[in-house]
Amino acid sequence: MTSRSQRRVIPVKPQRSANLSAVEREAVQSACTQLKALPGALLPILHAVQDKLGFIPKDAVELIAAELNLSRAEVHGVISFYHYFRSDKPGRQVLRLCRAEACQAVGARALESHAKRTLGVDYHGTTADGAITLEPVYCLGNCASGPSMMQGDRLIGRVSESRFDDIVARARREK
Amino acid sequence: MSRVTIYVPGDAAAAAVGADETANAITDEARRRGADVLVVRNGSRGLLWLEPLVEVETPLGRVAYGPVDAAAVAGLFDAGFTSGGRHPLYHGPTAEIPYLKNQERLTFARVGLIDPQNIDEYLRHGGYRGLRAGLQMAPAAIVECVTASGLRGRGGAAFPAGIKWKTALGAAGDQKFIVCNADEGDSGTFSDRMLMEGDPFVLIEGMTIAGIATGATRGYIYLRFEYPHAHRALNRAISTAYARGYLGADVQQSGRRFDLEVRLGAGAYICGEETSLLESLEGKRGQVRFKPPLPAIQGLFGKPTVINNVITLASVPIILDRGAEHYRNFGMGRSRGTLPIQLTGNIKCGGLVEKAFGLTLRELLYDYGGGSLSGRPIKAVQVGGPLGAYLPESQFDTKLDYEAFADIQGMLGHGGIVVFDDTVDMAAQARYAMEFCAIESCGKCTPCRIGSTRGVEVIDRLLNGENAAEQEALLRDLCETMTYGSLCALGGLTPYPVRSALNHFPEDFRRRTPARAPG
Repeated sequence: MTSRSQRRVIPVKPQRSANLSAVEREAVQSACTQLKALPGALLPILHAVQDKLGFIPKDAVELIAAELNLSRAEVHGVISFYHYFRSDKPGRQVLRLCRAEACQAVGARALESHAKRTLGVDYHGTTADGAITLEPVYCLGNCASGPSMMQGDRLIGRVSESRFDDIVARARREK
Repeated sequence: MSRVTIYVPGDAAAAAVGADETANAITDEARRRGADVLVVRNGSRGLLWLEPLVEVETPLGRVAYGPVDAAAVAGLFDAGFTSGGRHPLYHGPTAEIPYLKNQERLTFARVGLIDPQNIDEYLRHGGYRGLRAGLQMAPAAIVECVTASGLRGRGGAAFPAGIKWKTALGAAGDQKFIVCNADEGDSGTFSDRMLMEGDPFVLIEGMTIAGIATGATRGYIYLRFEYPHAHRALNRAISTAYARGYLGADVQQSGRRFDLEVRLGAGAYICGEETSLLESLEGKRGQVRFKPPLPAIQGLFGKPTVINNVITLASVPIILDRGAEHYRNFGMGRSRGTLPIQLTGNIKCGGLVEKAFGLTLRELLYDYGGGSLSGRPIKAVQVGGPLGAYLPESQFDTKLDYEAFADIQGMLGHGGIVVFDDTVDMAAQARYAMEFCAIESCGKCTPCRIGSTRGVEVIDRLLNGENAAEQEALLRDLCETMTYGSLCALGGLTPYPVRSALNHFPEDFRRRTPARAPG
C-alpha cells in the first residue's frame, strides 16, 4: 500500500486564469470585486481592467466569466465585439486617427497614409520600438477643426502632416 | 484696478486647438504683470473657427478675441485686452457677432455663457425652472406638454418624444428607466458633446423631468468612450446635483426619487441604435433587437424604458419652463422648435448654429459657413452622418425640415452637415460608406453583414471597368436589398450615401483606368 505522501494530487479546481501575472490578476480581481454588483457589470469591468493594464489579457476571460457567472464565450464575445477593447498589449502611447467623413473632407486620407508610412505600421499595429500603437477611430466630435486625432485622452485638431510628426516625436519621448 | 473676468473655453474642441495652453499663458502673464484676473473655463460658443475664443468681461459686456493661441497672449495684454482694448484679433461684443446674433438658442441658451460646473450660475440663468414646474404637474400633464411642444427625437429618427413618454407612462412595471443616448457616433456631429461639456446640468434636469413624467426612478447616460472630456464633466455635475438635492432619494423635497449614472461605450457605432445600446448597457454585445416589443414597454433589463438623445432630453427643461406653445412657435411644418446644426468638414466658419427649422442649406453653407475652407467650390455636402445622402449643389435650396429631406431621399438625422470641395472623389466616398457599414455591422442580419462587404467588392469592380453597366445594376440591386431587408438603420440607410453618389455624381464612377488593382 502506498503511503499518503506518495499519492499524486490532481487538482480538481485549478486556479482560474493561472497564466496571469500578479499585477494582472490583481487588476482583474479588484475590478470584479468592486463592480460585479452593478446591473450590466461586464462593460464597466472590462473598462476598469483596460484602464489599469492598457489591455484585457486573453487569460483574464476565464476569471471574469467565473466572477459574473457567464460563459467564457460570452465574455470573449463582448471583448471582440467592441473596437476599443484589446487583447494584446499596446505600445506606450496609443494614437487614434479619425477616419470619418468630416476629417476626410480636410485631408484625413492623406494624413492616414502619411501616418502608416512614417510609423511603418498599419492600423492596430505597434511600432518596432514599442512606443506607439496606431488605431483608427470613427469620429472624435471635433468635426469643424479636423483632421483630428487623440493621444491617450488628449484631443488634437487641425493635424497636418508636420504636426503629426511633432506629436509622434514627443510621444516617443514620453514615458 | 478691479478684478477682470476672462473666459477661455474648456470645451474639447477648444482644447484641441490649444485652449488649455492659452488659459495657462493668460494666468502666467497676468501674474507677471500684476493684473488681477479671474480665468473662467466656460463651454464653447460654437464659433469653432475662432477657437480658442477668449472673452473679456467689460462694462460694455463680453468682448471676443480669437483665435488666441498662447503666443498671442502677451500681445493682447500689451493692447490692453483686459479692458477691451483693440487688437487684430478683436471681434467686438461676442453677442453681436452675426454668426451668433442670428441664432435662436433655446437648448444651447447657456452653453458658452456660464461656467458649466457651477450649479449656482446654472440656477441664476434659469436652470431648474423646468423641473420646478414639472414637480407641480401630474405626470400625464408633463407628457401632454412635451407632446404639445412638437418635440421630435433629435438623435436622427425624429420620433415624437411625447408619444414615447406616453407609452412608457402607461406601461406597467415595478422599475422603469430613462436612458440617454449619448453615443454620438455620426461624423459631422458634436452638438451632444458640446452640450454635455458646456451645460451638463440641463441634461440632468431633462432626464429628471422625464423620470418624474413616466415614473422612472433610475437613469443612465450611455456615453461613447471617445468623449473623455464630457465624461469628466458629467460625472462632476452629477455629484454636484446629488450634493445639492437635485438627484437622489428625494429630489427637491418632492418625495420623488431619481438616480443617475454614466456608462461608457467601447467604440461601436451600432450602439447608437437604441436597442443595441440597451444590449450594451446590459453588458452584452451591442446587437440589434427585434421590435416589437418597443423599449418603452420592454427595454433595459426587460423594463419599460424611455430612450432619448441628449438634445431631446436637454430641450425638455425649457419646454416646461416656457410652455409648449413657446417651443412649437419655432420651426415649420411638422418640424417644430429648433435644431442645433453642426457645420463641419471643409468649411470656413465651422461651428454650431441653433436655429428654428426652415433654413436652407445654402443659407447655412454660405451665410453662416462662408463657403469652403479651401476656397474651392463646394461639390457636395453629406447631411445626417455616415448614413446620410450626398447632396449636390442643385439641392442646396432644400429647407432644413425632416419631411423636406425625406422628399429628396435624404435625412436630416442629428443635424450634422459635412462639406466637401471639388477635389472629393465621390466614388471613394460611396466605397467608404460600404466599408464603414462592414466594419460597424453588428452581424445580426444578413443584408447588412454580408451586403456591405459585397458592396465594397462591387464598387471596386465597377471602378475597374469590369462590365461597368452590369456592376452598376448589381450595386443598385444590392442597395435595394439592404434598404428593405436590413433589421435597423445601419444596413437600411447605408444605400443612401451610395445611391446618392451614384445618381448625382456618375462621372466620378467612370473615369478610372482599367489597370487599377481591386481592394
